[in-house]
Amino acid sequence: MSYIKKPNIFRSNAPKNELGMTYTDYEGAMSTLCAGCGHDSITGAIIQSVFDLNIPPHRMIKMSGIGCSSKTPAYFANQSHGFNSVHGRMPSVATGANAANKELFCIGVSGDGDTLSIGMGQFSHAIRRNVNMLYIIENNGVYGLTKGQFSASADVGSTAKKGEANKQVPIDPCQVAIALGATFVARSFSGDKDQLVPLLKAGLMHKGFAMVDVISPCVTFNDHEGSTKSYMSTRESKREAVYTDYIAPFNEIEVNYEKGSSIEVDLHDGGRVILRKTDESYSPQSRGDSVKNIRAASEEGELLTGLLYIDESQQDFTDTENMIDEPLNSIDHETLCPGNQALKNLLDSYR
Amino acid sequence: MQPTDTKNPDYYHKVVDCQWGCPAHTDVPGYIRHIAQGEYTQAYLLNRESNVFPGILGRVCDRPCEPVCRRARVDEEPVAICRLKRVAGDLKGDFKSHLPAVPSNKNGKKVAIIGAGCASLTVANDLLPLGYEMDVFESLPEMGGLIRSNIPKFRLPPEVIDEEFDVIIEQGINLHLNHPIESMKNLLQEDYDAVLVGTGAPKGRELDLPGRHETDQIHVGIAWLESVAFDHIDQVGEKVLIIGGGNTAMDCCRTSLRLGGKDVKVIYRGERHTMKSSDWELEPALEENVDLVLCHSPEEYIVEDGKLTGMRFSIMEYSVDDEGKRQSKKVDETIIPCDTVILAIGQENSFPWVERDLGIEFDQWEVPVVDPVTYESTLKGVFFAGDAAFGPKNIIEAVEQGHQAAISIHKYCNNESLKERLPHGMNLVTAKMGIHEWSYSNDYDYDDRYEVPTVPMDNRFKDINIEVELGYEPGQFKREVERCLNCDIQTDFEAGLCIECDACIDICPVNCLTITENDEESEIRKKIKTPADNYDQALYVSEDLPQTGRVMVKDEDVCIHCGLCAERCPTAAWDMKKFTLQIPYATEEAIDATQKTKKAV
Repeated sequence: MSYIKKPNIFRSNAPKNELGMTYTDYEGAMSTLCAGCGHDSITGAIIQSVFDLNIPPHRMIKMSGIGCSSKTPAYFANQSHGFNSVHGRMPSVATGANAANKELFCIGVSGDGDTLSIGMGQFSHAIRRNVNMLYIIENNGVYGLTKGQFSASADVGSTAKKGEANKQVPIDPCQVAIALGATFVARSFSGDKDQLVPLLKAGLMHKGFAMVDVISPCVTFNDHEGSTKSYMSTRESKREAVYTDYIAPFNEIEVNYEKGSSIEVDLHDGGRVILRKTDESYSPQSRGDSVKNIRAASEEGELLTGLLYIDESQQDFTDTENMIDEPLNSIDHETLCPGNQALKNLLDSYR
Repeated sequence: MQPTDTKNPDYYHKVVDCQWGCPAHTDVPGYIRHIAQGEYTQAYLLNRESNVFPGILGRVCDRPCEPVCRRARVDEEPVAICRLKRVAGDLKGDFKSHLPAVPSNKNGKKVAIIGAGCASLTVANDLLPLGYEMDVFESLPEMGGLIRSNIPKFRLPPEVIDEEFDVIIEQGINLHLNHPIESMKNLLQEDYDAVLVGTGAPKGRELDLPGRHETDQIHVGIAWLESVAFDHIDQVGEKVLIIGGGNTAMDCCRTSLRLGGKDVKVIYRGERHTMKSSDWELEPALEENVDLVLCHSPEEYIVEDGKLTGMRFSIMEYSVDDEGKRQSKKVDETIIPCDTVILAIGQENSFPWVERDLGIEFDQWEVPVVDPVTYESTLKGVFFAGDAAFGPKNIIEAVEQGHQAAISIHKYCNNESLKERLPHGMNLVTAKMGIHEWSYSNDYDYDDRYEVPTVPMDNRFKDINIEVELGYEPGQFKREVERCLNCDIQTDFEAGLCIECDACIDICPVNCLTITENDEESEIRKKIKTPADNYDQALYVSEDLPQTGRVMVKDEDVCIHCGLCAERCPTAAWDMKKFTLQIPYATEEAIDATQKTKKAV
């Protein structure tokens, strides 16, 4: 954190996106997180992603719960809408927002505590409903805001700052999400924007619940030797199973991919996701295969990263519930609230 | 790319654009910081170390520092470096007690210094603490040289020159005014150990067109300004034409206005962008209602019965041909009526008093052949500095040449090699005072450049001696200093400490950082979020980073030295460090030589 406000310096050669906006235009308030926090780097990756996707700030909602992670929506896109909800209850607020206006891009930012402990129930049901949102877990394995106790994602044997080892089995959000029927499951690392940015872009353009579990080292309480979620150990243990590239609609694919090793998945917006596997036998479109591979890697002490599972064929929450396309705020009051008589008629129809 | 060698003082020196651009390498951010803290005497002394005449230069320096100022690349206008120097000069307290002591026992060596201008007095200033005995010969009744005779008093009051020159002379130099040297040969026969020629470029260039010698109403600018300076001329005609487009032309036209000129025109043969005058010298002239007439090439003085009545000009048109060559074409002709013409088309060296059989060689333009490093002429023991050495340049250049000549004279008198000179050194000390606390004002100030207040137009012309610029008021310079971007507080990177968390990259307000695989420079320049397309500015490339083997890259171009990268760095791999350039002068050379001798013994 810093005392001076980040100066706003105009650079004439700063790249602009199709809306004429610069990277800086998508920034938010100064972060008050610890210097070197992985979360700030994820913030940078989000800014890069929405800049690249030309998302108009007023068409974006930023949702969060409680925790270090949940402070981050304040640090990007300060012209967008946001809601900082109760601890672990962000998914239900996001579901409501989605129901009210399905034209908005929804980014939910949560942490390992907010998602895997207090918010586990809400998290599961958001997946089950396939709410159309990008759900980012800033996963550091500790409760940073309460001085570094182990969280539910801490690995067995990983040590706390004072040397005490964790004995409880971790919850792996990726395995859980795949098992619960999630349609887009990815894992990445805050220190690898080259991998993270395409994943966030693909997640934002995916129709349905896109979960990205981002290992985001806590510099203050979990970046020491013995920790399995430090910058060093994450770099050593991560293995990219599926390299992901997001290609925007109408853009030509510039890179030639070797046939057989890559899969193209069409997204609903007309964009495409290109998946390049590092292992021939791995299929990111098979639920069973994905879980098997993640488990196998985990037993080897490896952290499997990339777009681990994708299913573009499922309907999202608003489609299953047969909701109208029009945002509720553009419907006049009479139609939205037809009055007492209409309610009575409705109730009568069930008698 | 190879990792950047930040141990070489030149790398960080170049980041301090103003200091790098200044011929004398004045520590600009250093003195601006002193002013910000109200330490005007220290600000003055820091200036004086490198440029010797801060009060004078704070008014009339050619300011090569300002066009290169980083602020001009971030904002529109550079920091008012020159006028802040004047603040130090105006507000300083007693500084004489801080000057190096002059030994009462002399070292037995005697130096003759010809001319009492800025280059000569810089040599005197540098040699004083080493115990030299020096004779300064000046042909005019007062010291100063060009700045006394050619710069009008409404730009540079004589008291300012007196103060800064007297302080040097008072330390024990034999000054001989009204003492022109008429023969170099005779001087060389006296028992001087070395001779310095600092006589400037005193001869104004002629424009020999028909009619030139038929009237006395045509003046050569340099000589005319000198006559005005010494009160030999106190009036001028009503319709005055100044021929030329340099800074002398500007001084001539503004002087004419103060001597009774009603209709004063500056006539230049080329276009505006080829004029040599600085913007800040042209603008006040235009403000005072001088007409600027461009693309008029002089052809003839029109003289009727010994009286100048006008001047005939060709009107020119300029274009660039297909091969990029400049072409000129006469399109018309005109006569501009006038009663006085002042020629300001350049000045030249002139050495009628140096005999040509002494071994001092001159080139075809009468410029002496001088070594560009040692400033020694082709005759051993005779040195040239200032405009006398390489033709007319500017004051700050003359001062720097004086410093170099002083080193040479000292080495010559001690039988040391003139070519073996100490290199620049540097000192790098952290500016960290605590968490989020720095020893400099790191917050960015959005203010525009402050204008220096001037005397109202009505009052300017009442007396030729009224100084037009009043200097900054406290409320103004206290704000102006905050515009300085502290380029001397370097972003110093220690690759071994970096954990590649990206915090610095994300926080940088000008997006000038990245971590990337090492590559060719042109490729790396594209990888920075805001592309580094100013190739005049260096890229910093670190050693390989420990975790991934990638490199940290910084584009030096528009870094505003806010220190946010260092504040956000969890491992202090980035630190803000105060860079001080160590410039060796004659004294440092002398100390170094003594130490070497001691070691040898």
